[in-house]
Amino acid sequence: MTQRLPLIIFALVLAVIPLLPGIPPFWIVLLDNIGLAALVAMGLVLLTGVGGLTSFGQAAFCGFGAYTTAVLTTAYGVSPWLTLPASLLVSGIAAVLLGLVTVRLSGHYLPLGTIAWGIGLFYLFSKLEFLGRNDGISGIPPLSIGSFKMLSPDTIYYAIWVAVLLAALLTMNLLDSRTGRAIRALRRGHIAAEAFGVQTPRAKLLVFIYAAVLAGLSGWLYAHFQRAANPTPFGAQAGIEYLFIAVVGGAGYVWGGVLGAAIVVILKEVLQSYLPYIFGGQSQLETIVFGIMLVLLLQLAPQGVWPWLMSKLPFKPARKTPDTSVKLEHRERAPGTSSVLLHIDRARKQFGGVLAVNDVSFDVNAREIVALIGPNGAGKSTTFNLITGVLAATSGKIAVLGNEVANAPPQEVVKLGVSRTFQHVKLVPDMTVLENVAIGAHLRGNSGAISSMLRLDRTDEAKLLAEAARQIARVGLSDQIDQLAGSLSLGQQRIVEIARALCVDPMLLLLDEPAAGLRHMEKQRLAALLRQLRDGGMSVLLVEHDMGFVMDLADRIVVLDFGTKIAEGTPASIKRNPDVIKAYLGAAA
Amino acid sequence: MNTTIMLFLLQDGITNGAIYALLGLALVLVFAVTRVILIPQGEFVTYGALSYAMLATGQVPGTARLAVAMGLVAFALDLFFARKALHARLVMRSVALNIVFPVALLGLVYALVGPHTPVAVNIALALLIVAAIGLFLYRIAFQPIAHTSVLVLLIASVGCHLALQGLGLVFFGAEGLRGPALSSAAVTAGPLRFTGQSLAVYGLTVGFIVALWLFFGYTRTGKALRATAVNRLGARLVGIRTTLSGQIAFLLASVIGAISGILIVPITTLYYDTGFLIGLKGFIAAIIGGLVSYPLTAVAAIVVGIVEAFSSFYASNFKEVIVFTLILPVLVLRSLAAPQVEEEKD
Repeated sequence: MTQRLPLIIFALVLAVIPLLPGIPPFWIVLLDNIGLAALVAMGLVLLTGVGGLTSFGQAAFCGFGAYTTAVLTTAYGVSPWLTLPASLLVSGIAAVLLGLVTVRLSGHYLPLGTIAWGIGLFYLFSKLEFLGRNDGISGIPPLSIGSFKMLSPDTIYYAIWVAVLLAALLTMNLLDSRTGRAIRALRRGHIAAEAFGVQTPRAKLLVFIYAAVLAGLSGWLYAHFQRAANPTPFGAQAGIEYLFIAVVGGAGYVWGGVLGAAIVVILKEVLQSYLPYIFGGQSQLETIVFGIMLVLLLQLAPQGVWPWLMSKLPFKPARKTPDTSVKLEHRERAPGTSSVLLHIDRARKQFGGVLAVNDVSFDVNAREIVALIGPNGAGKSTTFNLITGVLAATSGKIAVLGNEVANAPPQEVVKLGVSRTFQHVKLVPDMTVLENVAIGAHLRGNSGAISSMLRLDRTDEAKLLAEAARQIARVGLSDQIDQLAGSLSLGQQRIVEIARALCVDPMLLLLDEPAAGLRHMEKQRLAALLRQLRDGGMSVLLVEHDMGFVMDLADRIVVLDFGTKIAEGTPASIKRNPDVIKAYLGAAA
Repeated sequence: MNTTIMLFLLQDGITNGAIYALLGLALVLVFAVTRVILIPQGEFVTYGALSYAMLATGQVPGTARLAVAMGLVAFALDLFFARKALHARLVMRSVALNIVFPVALLGLVYALVGPHTPVAVNIALALLIVAAIGLFLYRIAFQPIAHTSVLVLLIASVGCHLALQGLGLVFFGAEGLRGPALSSAAVTAGPLRFTGQSLAVYGLTVGFIVALWLFFGYTRTGKALRATAVNRLGARLVGIRTTLSGQIAFLLASVIGAISGILIVPITTLYYDTGFLIGLKGFIAAIIGGLVSYPLTAVAAIVVGIVEAFSSFYASNFKEVIVFTLILPVLVLRSLAAPQVEEEKD
């Protein structure tokens, strides 16, 4: 309840504002405009700030929403409320079509693609006969409830702000859920998320559609607020402005979108009314100031205003501690010790002319710790990537419990009970340890985006967080559970990755240099933990350079050199193996 | 359709395409060196073209004063960032580049401007003005954030575009301008007439492509510039002055932009905001070229020009729609051909 309190106060304040005597009607118009911009900006927050997909084309989706209702109400006499689902649907469908193309684009191609279709759609709006070409469509009926017509800015005000608050609530709910964590992991690249079963293209498409639907809603409201629609507010300039709003407010924060909208709309108004006094009657001066301020802002406060404000707050919002009594179902485990868990048969990986892994074969049995060692560049991490499906093998067979992996994507491999950590830590630094670890349990929950938004996912969510908290306790990081992952030391971050991998409830744990960056005591604790996991029925395959650690811990060691297996055996036999000594120390002179 | 119309459209498309190619090349150049996606490229075009047109009518363009103002800001930034280690040579260099150069340029403009100034002098002045603006733009807007992500740079670049376009309206007004032709020579080949103007366009485009290709492929400076783009820190560690690389790239891009502008302003009327659209079309070419390949960009630009010419003949209303949607299949193909690579962001 305490978390909702600021929101309720904010809603009450907003509700009272138009009722205050002496409020200039012009202020209400400004607030309406702020609300309309905030809706679009909120979508952009999710898309750009959280999901990492920069779109300059959001204004076009407002256009879809506005023109849908404009055409349906004026040409076909449909009631404005009935056009709401139609507007949302049209923006949503447009988003699916554009999104299927757009989310496939990587890196800077993506924002460029959005600029291109944003401009294309603007010209389409302004050239189509049935959309009224450049003049647009006027005479759109107002929203009405019974005989009450929302004609004036202070009546539609309520419709706009109810929409904003609802959208904010739904968006925050979404972010604080299983799907939300998957979305928040997108910005840091897709490999880590996919290793825990997140369908990244689907998650990207989801945020893309969500942002478009919010923009469509804003467009629908805009059409009934202005009672007209023309192409100008849906062009490239507007799309740029929405992104500006999100960046100003704080692109990673839902309320940053609202704050940014307030700042930009008011600033624009002030600039438009006062600049001509200072510099004479030249128009467009506000865009100059605007552009300069955007550049300044990026140089001085690239995170935006909202996080800066929050850091000034005297108190920190409290976090709930998950109730660890609720349990997730466990995977059935093979009881025996001799069964082969992972079978690698002549796996080969070729990058152009480089043979990174050359027909390597070895097995990992149930309840066994196997170490994969070798000098730098021996192909250890590549072997990991072949096993987990990050890379496709050029030839050879890899099977988990007799099921051939056959170059399955990482999302399928993890379903077989293989989970991993990364040589270069891949955590989401601005998520807490708990949230990061909970991504590991992604496949053990099943709530989707809609149920998350409506908070129907709470039992499912509680189980996931409880499991995450248990694994964090297991690796001994309970004290850091609410800290941001990026604030931990590198060694601790590696341990967080192990907790995340354990959340999969794996049969086989792949650890890529888990002891790097750990202190002596921490290494001993890690070794004890891994032994305990093995005795509990798990198998571990690890890559490690700390020979003391490996020799003490491993049941069996596989040695790679230049992509080829040169030895395999118990630690004692490996220590004496002349080939191994040669690979590490060079031939005796 | 008869052959003559087709030939005319082709000619028109190729001439426009050559301009897009020049701009596309500049975009590729800037991106390759600084990772900035240069949206204000279009403003370099309009600034160059309209400054030239104004000089030709005997007026002093406001861009000359803008260069002085930007120089002052750049000088202040230089002093501020070097405040811990100020020494005379550095200050002198900064004064010379940021104060003396634009002020001298402004003086030169005032001294030479007039209704009878030779075309060549006007061109040189316009080019120098835009070059100064390009140089200072990098110093002011991008150098302080040169280490940030492509995205932050892109948004900053959009901000620069907004500011420069707004200033363009202040300097040149809302009315369009046309400049005098560079030469009145013309060659006739069959039904087609090639003006000296369009021949200059072709010649300069080919010249720049070859020059840039040679510069980046075969010279030390060119390779140093490319190294800066791949890894700024690494480049600095091996002794490349990364800020200098960025300045060179922006200098080249602004000159190329201004040249394109001066080449087209005798053919079509340019408005203060025309540059954005022209720049974007160069952009499409640059993207098709993957922001890396000069020859591919040039070819793509010609294709964009031809598609535009033909669609303006057959479906003139949807000319822009067609040109801008052209990019989508290309982007899809690019994404399918090159699977996503993991990149560490932020």
